[in-house]
Amino acid sequence: MDIYLPIADLPVNVFLVFAMGIAVGFISGMFGIGGGFLMTPLLIFIGVSPAVAVATVSSHIAASSFSGALNYWRRRAIDLALAFMLLIGGLIGTAAGVWLFTLLRALGQLDLVIALSYVILLSSVGSLMVAESVQAIIRLQRDKQAPPARHPGGHTWLHGLPLKVRFKQSRLYVSVIPVWGIGFVMGFLGAIMGIGGGFILVPALIYLLHVPTNVVIGTSMVLTLVTMASATVMHSATNHLVDALLALILMVGGVIGAQFGAQAGQKMRSERLRLMLGLLVLAVGLRFAVNLFVTPGEMFSFRLMEGDR
Amino acid sequence: MRRALLVLAIVAAGLLAPGGGAGAAERLVTSLSTHRVLINSVFTGAEVVLFGAVEGDGTTPVRRGGFDVIATVVGPRQTLKTLRKDRMLGIWINVDSRTFIDVPAYLAVLGTRPFDRILPPDRLRRLQIGHRNVVLPQQIGPDIADVVTDDPFRQAFLRLKTERKLYIEDPTAVTMLSPTLFQASIPVPAEAPVGTYEVDVKLFHDGALVTRSTSAFEITKVGFERFVATAAVDNGLLYGIVTAMMALMTGWLASVVFRRD
Repeated sequence: MDIYLPIADLPVNVFLVFAMGIAVGFISGMFGIGGGFLMTPLLIFIGVSPAVAVATVSSHIAASSFSGALNYWRRRAIDLALAFMLLIGGLIGTAAGVWLFTLLRALGQLDLVIALSYVILLSSVGSLMVAESVQAIIRLQRDKQAPPARHPGGHTWLHGLPLKVRFKQSRLYVSVIPVWGIGFVMGFLGAIMGIGGGFILVPALIYLLHVPTNVVIGTSMVLTLVTMASATVMHSATNHLVDALLALILMVGGVIGAQFGAQAGQKMRSERLRLMLGLLVLAVGLRFAVNLFVTPGEMFSFRLMEGDR
Repeated sequence: MRRALLVLAIVAAGLLAPGGGAGAAERLVTSLSTHRVLINSVFTGAEVVLFGAVEGDGTTPVRRGGFDVIATVVGPRQTLKTLRKDRMLGIWINVDSRTFIDVPAYLAVLGTRPFDRILPPDRLRRLQIGHRNVVLPQQIGPDIADVVTDDPFRQAFLRLKTERKLYIEDPTAVTMLSPTLFQASIPVPAEAPVGTYEVDVKLFHDGALVTRSTSAFEITKVGFERFVATAAVDNGLLYGIVTAMMALMTGWLASVVFRRD
């Protein structure tokens, strides 16, 4: 059954889009991420313009992260003070990202920047995750037992910065400057690339700030939720590119898939999960790289100029 | 049945309507199966049927047969940037671009037989018939001008538009039902933008233009599609807030429905 999308201006198969929502939702529930890095390329693949895809996915991620955040809230696994500080940076970053998005769109280089950001970010983060999880698996194989819960890394220069704040639930006493910085980068990337950034935020919080693992996913979901909800509003207000109908189909599929994904994820060892996520991230990054490096079949493309929609 | 009625209506209209091409012994009466193509949520493209009849104007005897028809359908104008990729620092990026100013978003040229058999090439060019002869003005520095037909950007533009079924050239799409009655179907792809589509029908006899007739149809969004598209542009902020609230509601509902504790 085909349905005509009012903003994307093309008909799509409802069941295909719904299935995409479920599939990405399953992965997002399994790994505790938003899944934007998968959904945006998938939408572009079925013919949605990159700009509409990025803007629309933000509302889809808002839905899935709100559902996830509520679950973590019931288990008291969210550090609200830390989430609030991340948000200050996150909202400024989102505004900056939406501004740059609008500018690049006017310059005609938005597609290139989206593709390049995907290649660089996903390939590097994916490789790091694969390397780290393979090491962890090898270590486990050698020791034949789980290593003692080790506090990841020691104190870095990040912990020597001024403006220190105490985050009770995370048992942290760190400067707010790196917290704001991480929030800013996440909001910025989210607005430009249509990703929630959970797959970067979670490792960043663990390795850079030493946030305990029991509160890290819930806290990151709060940040994702607020930056993506505000990105939805900002993209709607400035670029008029959010397709509410497409978003609704995606988010209903997404929240259903996420439930099954979360159950599947709980049955797996965490380093295996990290390896799978790393491979997935790396694969998406390489897919974008292939497009950039391989000689395209069609050298020409066209796009509508501003104000003609 | 509907088509038969329409043909009857055209014949009737032809008998009643006055006027016609200057100096010609024939008049052309055309009608479209619809004047409004509605985009609703199940829109996957449409087809507008063009009917036409050749009528005498009563002063001179009507030639029976030997007529050729070329119908040109021009959609709303839009400005498009055509970009060319090239390898730079190892990656393929858009390096060069041309802007096509106010070109048709949709262009269908339909005929009774190959255009070059209806008219000599210079006449086709003067009447701007066919993709080869359509005027596609480009921004060239401060000037706006059309370029030679083998310009790579112009060719790429036509190719891309044709691939997306927005530009159509079909020299056999017009069917002569009788020596003076014809019919053609104008395919409207799902991607066709909203706006006015002008239909210009030209009647030829022995390599000469006899007369022409123009009409139009409109593509509009209706119902939910119209509501959403209008809201997104006119009340962007409110639209965004409502969409964000919808996302939160969906997330909240899911967490309630699938609650495990």
